[in-house]
Amino acid sequence: MPKRTDIKSILIIGAGPIVIGQACEFDYSGAQACKALREEGYKVILVNSNPATIMTDPNMADVTYIEPINWQVVEKIIAKERPDAILPTMGGQTALNCALDLARNGVLDKYKVELIGATEDAIDKAEDRGRFKEAMAKIGLSCPLSFIAHTMEEALEAQTKVGFPTLIRPSFTMGGSGGGIAYNPEEFLAICGRGFEASPTHELLIEQSVLGWKEYEMEVVRDKNDNCIIICSIENFDPMGVHTGDSITVAPAQTLTDKEYQIMRNASLAVLREIGVDTGGSNVQFATNPDTGEMIVIEMNPRVSRSSALASKATGFPIAKIAAKLAVGFTLDELKNDITGGATPASFEPSIDYVVTKIPRFAFEKFPQADDRLTTQMKSVGEVMAMGRTLQESMQKALRGLETGLSGFDPVTTDLEKIRHELGTPGPERILYVADAFRVGMSRDDIFAISKIDPWFLAQIEDIVGEEKALAGRKIEGFDYAELRRLKRKGFSDRRLGALLGVDQGAVRAKRWALNLHPVYKRVDTCAAEFATNTAYMYSSYEEECESQPTDKKKIMVLGGGPNRIGQGIEFDYCCVHAALSLRESGFETIMVNCNPETVSTDYDTSDRLYFEPLTLEDVLEICRVEKPFGVIVQYGGQTPLKLARALEANGVPIIGTSPDMIDAAEDRERFQKLLQELGLKQPPNRTARTPADAMKLAEEIGYPLVVRPSYVLGGRAMEIVHEPADLERYMREAVKVSNDSPVLLDRFLNDAIEVDVDAVSDGEQVVIGGIMQHVEQAGVHSGDSGCSLPPYSLFPAVQDEIRRQTIAMAKALNVVGLMNVQFAIQGDTIYVLEVNPRASRTVPFVSKATSAPLAKIAARAMAGISLAEQGFTREIVPPYYSVKEAVFPFIKFPGVDTILGPEMKSTGEVMGVGRTFAEAYVKSQLAAGDRLPKTGKVFLSVRDSDKAGAVEVARELQRLGFGVCATRGTAKVLQEAGIIVQAVNKVAEGRPHIVDMIKNGEVALVVNTVDEKRQAIQDSHSIRRSALQMRVPQYTTLAGAKAVCVGMGHADDFDVYSVQGLHAQVVDAK
Amino acid sequence: MSMPALLALADGTIFKGTAIGAAGFTVGEVVFNTAITGYQEILTDPSYTKQLVTLTYPHIGNVGANSEDTESRAVFASGLIIRDLPLLHSNFRAENSLSEYLKANNVVAIADIDTRKLTRLLREKGAQAGCIMAGEDLDEARAVELARGFGSMAGQDLAKVVSCEQPYHWDTREWRLGEGYGVQPEAKYHVVAYDFGVKQNILRMLAERGCRLTVVPAQTPAKDVLALNPDGVFLSNGPGDPEPCDYAIAAIKEILDTKLPVFGICLGHQLLGLATGGQTSKMKFGHHGANHPVQDLDSGRVMITSQNHGFQVDETSLPANVRVTHRSLFDGTVQGIALTDRPAFSFQGHPEASPGPNDVAYLFDRFVALLAERRS
Repeated sequence: MPKRTDIKSILIIGAGPIVIGQACEFDYSGAQACKALREEGYKVILVNSNPATIMTDPNMADVTYIEPINWQVVEKIIAKERPDAILPTMGGQTALNCALDLARNGVLDKYKVELIGATEDAIDKAEDRGRFKEAMAKIGLSCPLSFIAHTMEEALEAQTKVGFPTLIRPSFTMGGSGGGIAYNPEEFLAICGRGFEASPTHELLIEQSVLGWKEYEMEVVRDKNDNCIIICSIENFDPMGVHTGDSITVAPAQTLTDKEYQIMRNASLAVLREIGVDTGGSNVQFATNPDTGEMIVIEMNPRVSRSSALASKATGFPIAKIAAKLAVGFTLDELKNDITGGATPASFEPSIDYVVTKIPRFAFEKFPQADDRLTTQMKSVGEVMAMGRTLQESMQKALRGLETGLSGFDPVTTDLEKIRHELGTPGPERILYVADAFRVGMSRDDIFAISKIDPWFLAQIEDIVGEEKALAGRKIEGFDYAELRRLKRKGFSDRRLGALLGVDQGAVRAKRWALNLHPVYKRVDTCAAEFATNTAYMYSSYEEECESQPTDKKKIMVLGGGPNRIGQGIEFDYCCVHAALSLRESGFETIMVNCNPETVSTDYDTSDRLYFEPLTLEDVLEICRVEKPFGVIVQYGGQTPLKLARALEANGVPIIGTSPDMIDAAEDRERFQKLLQELGLKQPPNRTARTPADAMKLAEEIGYPLVVRPSYVLGGRAMEIVHEPADLERYMREAVKVSNDSPVLLDRFLNDAIEVDVDAVSDGEQVVIGGIMQHVEQAGVHSGDSGCSLPPYSLFPAVQDEIRRQTIAMAKALNVVGLMNVQFAIQGDTIYVLEVNPRASRTVPFVSKATSAPLAKIAARAMAGISLAEQGFTREIVPPYYSVKEAVFPFIKFPGVDTILGPEMKSTGEVMGVGRTFAEAYVKSQLAAGDRLPKTGKVFLSVRDSDKAGAVEVARELQRLGFGVCATRGTAKVLQEAGIIVQAVNKVAEGRPHIVDMIKNGEVALVVNTVDEKRQAIQDSHSIRRSALQMRVPQYTTLAGAKAVCVGMGHADDFDVYSVQGLHAQVVDAK
Repeated sequence: MSMPALLALADGTIFKGTAIGAAGFTVGEVVFNTAITGYQEILTDPSYTKQLVTLTYPHIGNVGANSEDTESRAVFASGLIIRDLPLLHSNFRAENSLSEYLKANNVVAIADIDTRKLTRLLREKGAQAGCIMAGEDLDEARAVELARGFGSMAGQDLAKVVSCEQPYHWDTREWRLGEGYGVQPEAKYHVVAYDFGVKQNILRMLAERGCRLTVVPAQTPAKDVLALNPDGVFLSNGPGDPEPCDYAIAAIKEILDTKLPVFGICLGHQLLGLATGGQTSKMKFGHHGANHPVQDLDSGRVMITSQNHGFQVDETSLPANVRVTHRSLFDGTVQGIALTDRPAFSFQGHPEASPGPNDVAYLFDRFVALLAERRS
């Protein structure tokens, strides 16, 4: 039975901004779904608020809405587009929840729209803990003992039945948000409180803990004829107790006999059938008792997920694409397996002949107050995947691919107490402590007893540690081919071997090359070589036969960005994908190198050839040796490839685009300062300090407040604003290690300056401005965390023109070929250059969506030698509408962490709002970021002295909009003096009831709280921001943000939805 | 320390690796299997007689060996070829390591070779003879010579070699987690099962469904079988070429004439095809895996099946009273047939799984339904 012909148009709901638990895997799945459905002739309508996605590129869907994903906005889109069906299974929990809301609010009935892929009932049955348990009992599968609670009383009663430790799981949340493991009554109450708040249905599952059981996942696909296949089995290295998103996982499952595996397989299929997932992909999670094999079902997701993206990359089977086709009526046997060139159907189970390891990447360094112990609530922000022919090869590759500085199993400590603690109470680096445990002589049994990590895995690490020990005292010169090959086959990197042998990785490489010892490349083919494949999806291994079969075409290699982290995420992957797409269009063979399984760049058909490899010097050089590319692009993947640029160039790799030397000129403070002086441009007074004493002295020269940071960072790592010498002293002591090689930069902080971001593209001859973005938050807030507007909403044209002039001058001086990003600060009439980055910036996708000019594509072609004139891109596009980008933060996942914004980037994602006016665009951006802007109620203001004057303006506007105003005494006094009616409220230290009580009682509709960047001031007001976050009260920690939201709230209701294609047509008209 | 080993193919290709089983040498047809789990079941499957099995998943031995996961009384595969024998096995049911198991069963086996390269070679050139040599004095030239001396599987009647010598009864039912194997509580039907190299899970699944089983040697004449007064006859899987098994083909013809229900699996399927007047042929490298899609042509349903065969029933050779019921979605070959004028059917893959998915278990129910129909 072929596809359905009774539906013609399908609305796909995206996942919105990148947050913890929902990252770019949903861009990958959504983009696949768009392609798959359009291929079949359906009209695809898409809504996703995240501009940094490939799926929101205007040519991916027929009609694209970059609009907030909530049922009210989506209803507007449905009313306008009248789709026949909605596919809600591609956009994670966001899309599922939105679809349920649409159903419950009668929108689907009203417009006669059908849900395809998953029915309302199936979603509900899988997500509602009570119904799920019932369903499992019906098919004879066990679940952990558990009870549903809607009140704290019910929760406590349930707890007495299941005992400690107790698992708390809120219903209908993603990534285990709000859940946790309680070991005592105090923790139990705290987690339940949080959980009730997190669950949209105010419902918790209080569950028996199966801590220490083995954890497995099965990725299942089912079609409408009830044909079911398992795509991949996954075994968690970390046993039950750590969220699967935070667990190291391995595919395929390693320690199941066939009998146990088949029990799990049958159970997975039974779960899908019972839940009623009629078509598409699902994920079922199991736990098994290591002593008896007893198996229980933990949960299932009736949609594509992070795990299914991983499974797709791990096997080569494109789950989302197939699921989309099944949703419109195809059956598995009617679909082809692309990777074997269609020689086999999609109705088979992939068999793999390698080992896949996924390791999550965390960002606790950004949130020092956060609890970094791993539990049932997901905390990681990204992941790396690696393939090898053995677990050791795969795992050591994954470790070095993480880019946390590891070269393999680098030692952390010899402190036995610390090791035992880390083994039993896992944090982000438990795997390293396992190796340390062996190093200090703990036995496998001891380590197992504490960690419950399966001995099979432990033995592999024990062997690696043993190999490392045996290298003590050895010299690299003494190695022959056989011995070095044996080590390389276990996955040791040159760097790790170098560290163990006391030499540089270059010496190991030289020896290895002299022995002619190189990795070969094996293909990922879904079938363990049973059928031939033309798909060049490859990984390296130290084996005999190489299957890379490089062509002699003119090739461009794109180096990707590695695992997502704060400061380097989907935006860079977007650029890499665009480079691959545009250069392929221009006739080059494109080669992608990346190791992030969540991304579109690692889809095997994004480029002509995909090397799923860590982005280290060793791994990239080996690929270059085989492929001999015409050019390598390093400026699109963020810091990851940039850091390699010089070493690659030194090893003869042809880097195209801006030269590594010029990249250095822009990043090196002193060289850059000289360049600006030559151009007559201004910088905030700044110095470079190489010793702590140096720093104190130089600080006096330029004066406080200061922005301090280490050089060569992305995302504002360890960047702070310091107001006095004591602060600086502490910073130099605690935050950084300063040395000659890694100096610390001191910049005079510009008070009340407006920050502006500019993206530009150059072919070496001509420079074209891509877009000028005015930040909403004042300078001092990291640009990645600041909202911004394109075009600027309050910058004089003359200032904008001067910004253009300066940008072009710098691009020419740096001989930029490709992209460049400049950050300016405008204080009064003075324009300061804050920094220049001759590479793709985080704002490139936003600018491209806002202006219609695909900057990354244009710049990639420019790098490959196609001039801007030849491309017909010679003029800046200033659109006749406003686009506002807003940042999205993970604070809700980290209890105790302050929400205040500063120079260190903390956001994980971004959204975009568009409108005819700045106000309309801004209010949409706030909605898209998840803030529910109030229409009535009381606004609380508490601002620092320097903002007091501005606060009057804000309060007056609020009053005009019909809001009541309350304020702390200092702020209230200023407002009263300005004639504003204001209720004074207690600060927390001033006695009760105080402001936090009011927030918790739901008496406050909006919080405006600005604080001096001083530790004490921040600490004093922390509880205000935290309680607002917990109560989901929108809060603004900058006056600029508050002003913008006042403007926006005036338009809270009367906004329209605009398609990207429609907006871009206006740009064309405007030309 | 580890003992070296090598694998020589008849085409002269040499792979050098490490011995993980017994010392000595072994020859056979080199085949690959893409199943990730179930190596012990594979080793003990009599259908692998005179075959050297390459397992494409690199880590083999992760769950050790136990006394439950066997499909016959011994290891029948002539040799094992893998990429990596893990340092440690880990499973709550493991009794010893794979290496210990191989040595105890005197199986020559090799690890640490590029099994993907070998698999690709077999895929391109087709199955070929090989020799694994394990020990301190490895002679490449002699190994190639030994491999070449093996000849071909075509024309080899191995069923009678591996079959039981005496008839026996079987009453063990399917394996259950936590319980292991039990004994069937009651048996409604009497089934005679021809042992051409039967996998025990077939017997267990029949026993589970109420069949009292008498297993008879491959060369048992039809009249002896009929004298047992069975409700139905089962034709088992087994190694080698079906064509030379003239004794079995003759017996099956006779049994078909009695209109007794007949069910065949794998070799049994090929023999049923031959008994109806059809023909069989050797495939390039056969089907060996646990992920093969097979379509039930009546229902349209696709099942994932376990496969292990190097010969096939030729569709064009089938007479008018035989219809094709199942087809491989990998290459379109015949996977199941049924007689239109007799209660007889067969399946090329392995509905008994072990190892592999249980998607086709319904064929056992179908057979039992035929038994019930005949009774009533």
